[in-house]
Amino acid sequence: MKAINSTPVSQPTVQTPAAGGAIAPWLADRLNDSLPRLRRDLVAQPVVYVGAGTCGLGAGAKKTAQAVRDYCRDHQFTADLVEVGCIGMCSAEPLLDVQMPGRTRISFTHVTADCVPAILDAVRNDQIPENGWLGQFRHPEHRPYAGVAFIDEHPFFAPQTRWVLANCGRIDPTRIEEYIARGGYTALVQALNSKTPVEVITEVELSGLRGRGGGGFPTGRKWRLARQNEGGQKYLICNADEGDPGAFMDRAVIEGDPHRLLEGMALAAYAIGASKAYVYIRAEYPLAIERLKRAIQQAEEWGLLGRNILDSGFNLTVVIKQGAGAFVCGEETALIHSIEGKRGMPRPRPPYPAQSGLFGKPTVINNVETLANIPPLIANGAAWFNAVGTDSSKGTKVFALSGKVTNTGLIEVAMGTSMRRIIFDLGGGTPGGKQYKAVQIGGPSGGCIPEQHLDIQVDYESLKTVGAMMGSGGLVVMDEDTCMVDVAKFFMDFIQRESCGKCIPCREGTKRMLEILEAITRGRGQETGNQTLERFKGVMHLAELAEVIRDTSLCGLGQTAPNPVISTLRWFRHEYESHIFDRRCPSKVCPGLLEYRIDAERCKGCTLCAKKCPAGAIMGVAKSPHYVINDKCIGCGTCVEVCRFQAVAVV
Amino acid sequence: MITLHANNRTIQAQEGETILSALKRAGISVPTLCHIESLLPDGACRLCVVEVEGQRGLIPSCSYPVSDGMKIQTHSPRALRARKTIVELLLANHPDDCMYCHRNDSCRLRALAAELGVQQRRFGSTPVDHKIDLSSPSIIRDPAKCILCGKCVRVCEEIQGVSAINFINRGSKTVVGTAFNEGLNVSSCVNCGQCVMICPTGALVERSQAEEIRAALADPERIAVIQHAPAVSVTLAEEFGLKPGQDVAGILNAALRRLGFKRVFDTSFSADLTIMEEASELAHRIRTGGPLPMFTSCSPAWVKFIEEFYPDFIDHVSTCKSPQQMLGAVIKNFYASRNGIDPARIYSVSVMPCLAKKFEASRPEMAPDGRPDIDAVITTRELAAMIRMQGIDFTSLEPEEADHPFGERSSAGKLFGATGGVMEAALRTAHFLLTGRELDPPKVTALRGLSGIKTATVRIGDLDVNVAVASGLANARQILDDIRSGERQLHFVEIMSCPGGCIAGGGQPYQTDPDRLRARMAALYEIDRQAPVQTSHRNEEVARLYEEFLGEPLGERSHELLHTHYHHRDVMQ
Repeated sequence: MKAINSTPVSQPTVQTPAAGGAIAPWLADRLNDSLPRLRRDLVAQPVVYVGAGTCGLGAGAKKTAQAVRDYCRDHQFTADLVEVGCIGMCSAEPLLDVQMPGRTRISFTHVTADCVPAILDAVRNDQIPENGWLGQFRHPEHRPYAGVAFIDEHPFFAPQTRWVLANCGRIDPTRIEEYIARGGYTALVQALNSKTPVEVITEVELSGLRGRGGGGFPTGRKWRLARQNEGGQKYLICNADEGDPGAFMDRAVIEGDPHRLLEGMALAAYAIGASKAYVYIRAEYPLAIERLKRAIQQAEEWGLLGRNILDSGFNLTVVIKQGAGAFVCGEETALIHSIEGKRGMPRPRPPYPAQSGLFGKPTVINNVETLANIPPLIANGAAWFNAVGTDSSKGTKVFALSGKVTNTGLIEVAMGTSMRRIIFDLGGGTPGGKQYKAVQIGGPSGGCIPEQHLDIQVDYESLKTVGAMMGSGGLVVMDEDTCMVDVAKFFMDFIQRESCGKCIPCREGTKRMLEILEAITRGRGQETGNQTLERFKGVMHLAELAEVIRDTSLCGLGQTAPNPVISTLRWFRHEYESHIFDRRCPSKVCPGLLEYRIDAERCKGCTLCAKKCPAGAIMGVAKSPHYVINDKCIGCGTCVEVCRFQAVAVV
Repeated sequence: MITLHANNRTIQAQEGETILSALKRAGISVPTLCHIESLLPDGACRLCVVEVEGQRGLIPSCSYPVSDGMKIQTHSPRALRARKTIVELLLANHPDDCMYCHRNDSCRLRALAAELGVQQRRFGSTPVDHKIDLSSPSIIRDPAKCILCGKCVRVCEEIQGVSAINFINRGSKTVVGTAFNEGLNVSSCVNCGQCVMICPTGALVERSQAEEIRAALADPERIAVIQHAPAVSVTLAEEFGLKPGQDVAGILNAALRRLGFKRVFDTSFSADLTIMEEASELAHRIRTGGPLPMFTSCSPAWVKFIEEFYPDFIDHVSTCKSPQQMLGAVIKNFYASRNGIDPARIYSVSVMPCLAKKFEASRPEMAPDGRPDIDAVITTRELAAMIRMQGIDFTSLEPEEADHPFGERSSAGKLFGATGGVMEAALRTAHFLLTGRELDPPKVTALRGLSGIKTATVRIGDLDVNVAVASGLANARQILDDIRSGERQLHFVEIMSCPGGCIAGGGQPYQTDPDRLRARMAALYEIDRQAPVQTSHRNEEVARLYEEFLGEPLGERSHELLHTHYHHRDVMQ
């Protein structure tokens, strides 16, 4: 079934500037600082970088930054403090980098406020500790530290191809100048000066770029459709309504490099002929919204957004529209309704938004990552772009790694990289020596990939062959302690709560599927005879129900809603069978199916477990071994927690 | 023309039309629950899915456009299985009390379940707690029976421009409700009942006063009288399986007497009375430069609509009570005293095509001294149910005359039943009042038909009178906004809340078929064509009423009994 044979082309890593490094003269002339200084090739005084994306802030970056300020004040240490976005290694936050003049930038992990003085002392005294660092950034003009590995050799970074994330964690996202100094906005200036909109579209078409929001529709074709609808108002919408559980790619890009998105949007709007663009972003991303607002303001001040940009006659206003957190608003027609002020419910397509979208006008909706790919694509050309990737999937893909994996965080790899490489080389495998079980890709709409298919190439087509999909980039890794029926239940619960309620199969069907899964995982003790009957009836209809939902639902959310069940049923059927026939949860997760037993040898008869048991399911006389009455047990596990003699075991 | 293949048969379709409409023309019936002919497809119910060659999933035929050479299977095992499963999913948490349901014999869901062969409960469900909304005088809402097809929401918003209800919550917790999920009575609902008309199940039904009426009929102390609205006699036949468009006024009179009503009156009589007052009011306003344009006031949902949404236009609404209320007032005053009856003994009922009439009758303005002009209102549908309950064989009844003196009518009064009818009747009389001559010809063709907005300019003496007629409150909004912006200069405007007028009222036999509406309308026009008296001012009984009791139009007594006032309503919008 594999249609894709080409191997990924290896690419230079973190060090590559976004758009090749050349800067349009118009921009270079207007920079009020020297290029080497803005790029921090040359620093006059020490620079301290703190990773202050949402992940960093969550780990305590605010306090770390304050500790740096306190240190500077107390030690008369003059340094620039720069709050950067996320470099991707969220599990190592807070990250603190120090760059002494003439020396490389060195990055330290887990730098909570109390570690700051020791680290700054050490770097100032050129006495780098043996551990605690992530590595140093290779730079031809900077003298490296001895005994410190280079970041581009780090297993988390080495296999990456960072185009979209090139600046994330490197530059100050609140300064447009730093983006420009690394080649930013050069593609826009070049395009406005020397390319027609149709030439921009052709370039994107030739590049083979496909939508990174999950659907994988060719971006250039979408633009051309909208372009062909001549005349009148058109709109561009950037979909930043990132809603999949475990996905945070868009947030990191906007927080760490907001101008890349704006430049991509400007190029897209120019190509399709839109004069107004919306960024539809979830209100749960306050930092991203703040960074974006600031970036829009700066771009307007620079004349890169607004009226008659660069005297080209091209106008563009970018408006931020905050979503209230409905998952379905990531679906394009629901998103359009939401911007129009209506309830976020999808409508049938056709007509497609490119024909009749926002306020009935031709509208292109692109995902954040898709648009962030545009500036380097236009700057370097389609040939440069499509040299990376597989036959049908070009360029790179950003993934958010989470779950039972050592290095959780954000990565960008060439299309076609194997899943095994992503999880075991970049991700460092499952922690604690546990056995890998599956990875969920594509969020609730996606599927899981079991061990036997780990060598699959990550591209749009290959993933479909194993019942998964690219999705927006969430990768949730699961190990032997994860129950796949429980995973399916989790996603079904999410989907049925987030269904907009419009079409019957999605609204009613997902609820019924959830109830069937709940019945499977419910313990016998808690079940009436009728419920047992319902359970078996449900199991019989589960697969058919899934098929009808997929076949008939109105929007993508509904059509893919049964995927978690279909996928887990396909690869982990035996786990379902254990739950249904043996009434056992092999991973010991589903509380209703757990059986607790008290080891008579170990039990001292202290009566604590019997006292704490909320169901009164433990019997026994003081100072003699107790026992569990299984019909009464609700599987909460309290007895295990309270026993001081490790006498209670799950069997 | 496009050629496509449906179920291995070649059919023709027009460019741009949907698969569903092409199939319908070809005689292939695909079920729908959410489709409304006159509105854009919604694609919510998914029952209309068909198999289209080359497409991965099933395709909703209601919204998908045809293309040349398309190969469609409408009733393949896959499509049928999907439809059946969808209905089963709806039934999973639908109450099992069909026997007790108002819509038992007219429920679309029940019919579909039968059609698709649903014979066992495949999916269990968790019971959901829903509260029945009994707060409205016109409509009862039972969310447990709601299948969320969204038709009521769309009719209320897109056709009526009211938006009293919308979807609330997400996923399986979704319900249709009012703002803040309060009762309909405090919402912006205007009681038009178009939602009831379009609801495929028993989730929206009228609030019935039939029990109360039965009790009054059985009470020897009370004298029950009844009036029937102009649009009832041309629709009631449908309830008894007769073909649409038959006028059964005579049989209706007979049936009402069989039910036990002591007197049977025709609301068309008071429609003539309304015209006398309203035409005089218009003439007065034109002469004195009073607020113009003047709006008709016989549609109570429209009156509430303007009180809520356009309070600045309240002065423009005619102060005339509706024909129902005029006749009610005349019965309890003139008729009672003339016949020596204590008005308190009279139990005055009206049969209306309308749910808002129930609300109108309950307005405090309509109960001077706390005694309501009208005691109970039933709809055409409720009347049919009463007739059936009493074992009256409707089709074998001999026609009878309505009772004197409120049984005589001109055909102008009868025209009230269709959109444009009030205007046409008013123009005939206004012409006579202002010029002393009859309007010739009496028929104003521009104001006839089912269009949502109709306009005409009629020469009356030296004056060109600009009139407009709208039905459907979204069309009323259009007219009001145009007047406000100065785009339309009008003297007189007729508004009917329901699209098509009272023949399509919320209390009429269930239908959503425009052909049926046309037949009902044609019946009214035919009555007008054949009528010996075509103008309200030639109604001799009306003239006598003025002579013996009221004095003159807009006189003191008229003012007291036949006119009313309106007020701004602050509702949750």
